[in-house]
Amino acid sequence: MLVSMLGGTVVSLEVFFLTLLFALPLALPVALGRMSHNRVASSIVNGYLLIMRGTPLILQLIFVYFAPYYLFHVSYDRFVAVIVAFVLNYAAYFAEIYRGGIEAIPRGQYEAAKVLGFTRAQTFFRIVLPQVVKRILPSTANEVITLVKDTALAQTIGVAELFRVAQNASSRQFSTMPIFVAGVFYFVMNWVVSTAFGHFEKRLSYYH
Amino acid sequence: MEVIKVEHLSKSFGTLEVIRDISFTVNKGEVLAVIGPSGSGKSTLLRSITHLERVTGGTVTICGTAMVSDGVYADRETLRSICLKVGLVFQNFNLFPHFSVLRNVVEAQVRVLGRGKEEAESRARSLLGKMGLCDKEGSYPCELSGGQQQRVSIARALALDPEVLFFDEPTSALDPELTGEILKVIRSLAAERMTMVIVTHEMMFARDVADRVIFMDEGVIIEEGKAGDVITNPKNARTQAFLARFSAQD
Repeated sequence: MLVSMLGGTVVSLEVFFLTLLFALPLALPVALGRMSHNRVASSIVNGYLLIMRGTPLILQLIFVYFAPYYLFHVSYDRFVAVIVAFVLNYAAYFAEIYRGGIEAIPRGQYEAAKVLGFTRAQTFFRIVLPQVVKRILPSTANEVITLVKDTALAQTIGVAELFRVAQNASSRQFSTMPIFVAGVFYFVMNWVVSTAFGHFEKRLSYYH
Repeated sequence: MEVIKVEHLSKSFGTLEVIRDISFTVNKGEVLAVIGPSGSGKSTLLRSITHLERVTGGTVTICGTAMVSDGVYADRETLRSICLKVGLVFQNFNLFPHFSVLRNVVEAQVRVLGRGKEEAESRARSLLGKMGLCDKEGSYPCELSGGQQQRVSIARALALDPEVLFFDEPTSALDPELTGEILKVIRSLAAERMTMVIVTHEMMFARDVADRVIFMDEGVIIEEGKAGDVITNPKNARTQAFLARFSAQD
């Protein structure tokens, strides 16, 4: 049982890391689009955010996997569909966190950078973004912890991650034990996540 | 030689005219103080010349090159090179909190002027030394007093070798006992014939350090002249009323 649960954990971890790998960077242009003065761009992004944050992730998973089939009669890998749905969903949440962080940077920072002759790109990447990272760490940690637990939803479209494996073992053994063991696995993963974020926060605590 | 020449400058926020038809010049090596009640447009004037605000009309020439000419701005490259000739010290310092004191002074030298790191650091160290902050180069802005932060920001501005340095109420955010150290630094810069434009509420300081004083109210220059004359012997009734409030306080 433990061996198969470790296998399920690997799948959960794959979903977790791939989602972060794509969603964390993707959220940046989304956040900038949301703040754009271009009406068209900001309304498109706003619509995307409303849908992603306004509907259940489980429904988005089903949509992403089945919509291409019903519309174009093409089917594709379930795991890929999970990653696409998770990335689109989490990028929306991260984008709003980024936006909050970016808007919290005082205008004086931009003005000082401008007067010193920094280009807009330099100002953003060297002056603003490092300060944003510090500000958004706590709320990002929240989201990442939720992601660990949300990976359980991948089973909706038939990807055998940790929780599905535990449920299977549980029905085979007529015991709820495997599910509680899975709970311990999630707890340990999130303990690592919390510790890592605590460490990042500490490393950035040299200024405020 | 004229470092700054402002002609018929105007600036509105919506329908509110903050600066109305202002003209003046700043000569090389001169210290100009701009005084006036709050809301008179002094800060906006200074922010317009440092390109933080877009003017509505008029001409601003910096070191012989027009930044804005009859309300039309120069192209991006010209603006960038002109703005480098102008330094600005903010009321709230606006240091970069995530950089050490040294890096605050080094960063723009390297990224904007393309100076080598060693050259930039030695320039930064000599400026910090001049500001009495030798031992603070490894500190972060949050570890410094307001007066120390303001001195770092003066060093940061000077590091780019501007032709003229603007001060926007450099002591207004400081505790009264810390204003002295900033005024002392500005005094020593004046002694080196650094061209400076200072928006200030420190009347006695303006009288002692500035060569000329401009008194502004409601977006126009009411009175302009030698510092001693304007502050100790104002001709205009509004200047007299404004200064009377200050001497009443003292």
